[in-house]
Amino acid sequence: MRRLTRTVNGRVGLAILTLLVTASLAAAAGLLPHLPAVQHPDQALQAPSGEYWLGTDQYGRDLFSRVLVGLQLSLRISVVAVLISTLVGAMAGIGAGFVRGWLEAIVLRGTDILFAVPSILLALAIVTALGHGWLNSAIAVGIVYVPIFVRVVRGPVLAMREADFILAGRGLGFSTWRLLLGHVLPNVSGILIVQVTLALAWAFLTEASLSFLGLGPPAPAASLGKMVSDATSLAATAWWTLAGPAVAIVMAVIGLNLLGDALRDAFDPSTGT
Amino acid sequence: MTLLGVAIVIFVVLHVLPGDQVTASLGVNAGLLTPDQHAALERYYGIGQPLPEQFASWLGSLLTGNLGVSVIGRQPVIALVATALPVTLELALAAIALGLLWGIGLGVLSASRPRGLRDGVGQVVAVAGLGIPSFVIGTGMVGLLASAFSYFPNSQGYVSFPTDPLLNLQQILLPALALSLGIGAAVMRTTRASLLEVTGQHFVRTARGKGLSGSAVLWRHVFPNALLPILTISGIQFGYLLGGTVIVEQIFVLPGLGRLLLEGVGNRDYALVQSITMLFAAGFILVNLLVDLLYTYADPRVRLR
Repeated sequence: MRRLTRTVNGRVGLAILTLLVTASLAAAAGLLPHLPAVQHPDQALQAPSGEYWLGTDQYGRDLFSRVLVGLQLSLRISVVAVLISTLVGAMAGIGAGFVRGWLEAIVLRGTDILFAVPSILLALAIVTALGHGWLNSAIAVGIVYVPIFVRVVRGPVLAMREADFILAGRGLGFSTWRLLLGHVLPNVSGILIVQVTLALAWAFLTEASLSFLGLGPPAPAASLGKMVSDATSLAATAWWTLAGPAVAIVMAVIGLNLLGDALRDAFDPSTGT
Repeated sequence: MTLLGVAIVIFVVLHVLPGDQVTASLGVNAGLLTPDQHAALERYYGIGQPLPEQFASWLGSLLTGNLGVSVIGRQPVIALVATALPVTLELALAAIALGLLWGIGLGVLSASRPRGLRDGVGQVVAVAGLGIPSFVIGTGMVGLLASAFSYFPNSQGYVSFPTDPLLNLQQILLPALALSLGIGAAVMRTTRASLLEVTGQHFVRTARGKGLSGSAVLWRHVFPNALLPILTISGIQFGYLLGGTVIVEQIFVLPGLGRLLLEGVGNRDYALVQSITMLFAAGFILVNLLVDLLYTYADPRVRLR
């Protein structure tokens, strides 16, 4: 933790994330200046003011409240998505690296295939197949990032397989499960933490892109990507309709990226940037 | 082999979709069909058979170059793809060229004075480039240009390069710039890290000791040795770039493969979506093969066996 806050990247990333997570928790608790879904047609397209901090959209809805709600939704989708890819990817990667044999062949071929399809296309196809909704978005984004976790984990596990402490464990008659959970997993947890942070940034981006293309959670929900695409035709006359959601997306992605970089530096001093 | 896997994955994902071409092309009216008519239409689209047979026949015709007929306007998919492909290709190439240009340029500048002012600026640009999604910057560009300068070259419809080279370049420049952000930022960071690593090695000190000028050391000794990671990251980033074309073409109203694909997804146009996704995957694999081949030029120690 101290190594994390020693770098500028780590401090800035941590600060941005704390701010955003607090804001989205506030949104989840209902602490908002206005109701995000209530329309005030007489207040449509108001510029930012003391009453409406980020202005209002074409239906007179408060953009600040909508951005917070959208942020909370996007963060929730990203976290669930990365949870899926971490669990599936780490299990497959550890299994492939440790057990090897046919399991490794199947897992590696599978990751090759998933890697060959551009991530947004794969997510797009999966979302169309599953239907719209926040959980389906999370599943789609989660599947897309499984291969990265497989690759990142498999290498070190492969090297660890012949390490002395594993051989010692085998000699003591430990079961494969005990070796995997008690000895291999803790040793890849550093890599995993770094990868989880970076994957959160990608997941956030992919989710925003999906909802920008109209494939995110359906209409009443406020989603950041959808707000940006709604602003396309409005931005020329009402810049604030674009500014609020755009700044929220950019802050989240940059914050997560910075934190990921700082974590990587903290865990692996050899890749100093 | 990987492509075959991609084909299977795409096919399976698309065919668990609820609804089929019959309901997609006739809408609610599909409910008015007699069972006989419905069966006839299913035969027409070739969707009455079990899935493995459908897959085999699709794959067979794919290999012979027959991509099927699109639901949109009953046009052959190959014709639709043939008109859209040049647009996407031009966009992707322009974006890569721009990304490599400013990415390598900024990386070299940053590495020349580590921790100096230009390094700081370069790092901030790279972080911003990674953090600002292309759809945000694209929407911003469109909004700003339209409001402040009433300039939007893409409003009058896409013009191909041979028809009007100048207008075509104007139409491609902005979307390519928006797309180049991600690839440029990644290339910049890799260039910087790789250059710094090579600069620390002994042969560079020797070259300096011989009295070579700074630029000669950089371009003849350091840069060629730092090229491999830059090539690798460019190949990987190409995948993100392909995905990005879908979004950027949508914003800048370019009639490329990405727009066609989105249209296909909306219309349940299996033939179209499958063909385009396969094309994207093939493009990605091809580019990364090309990168592997380029390794041998960049580093003579890498030999193809």
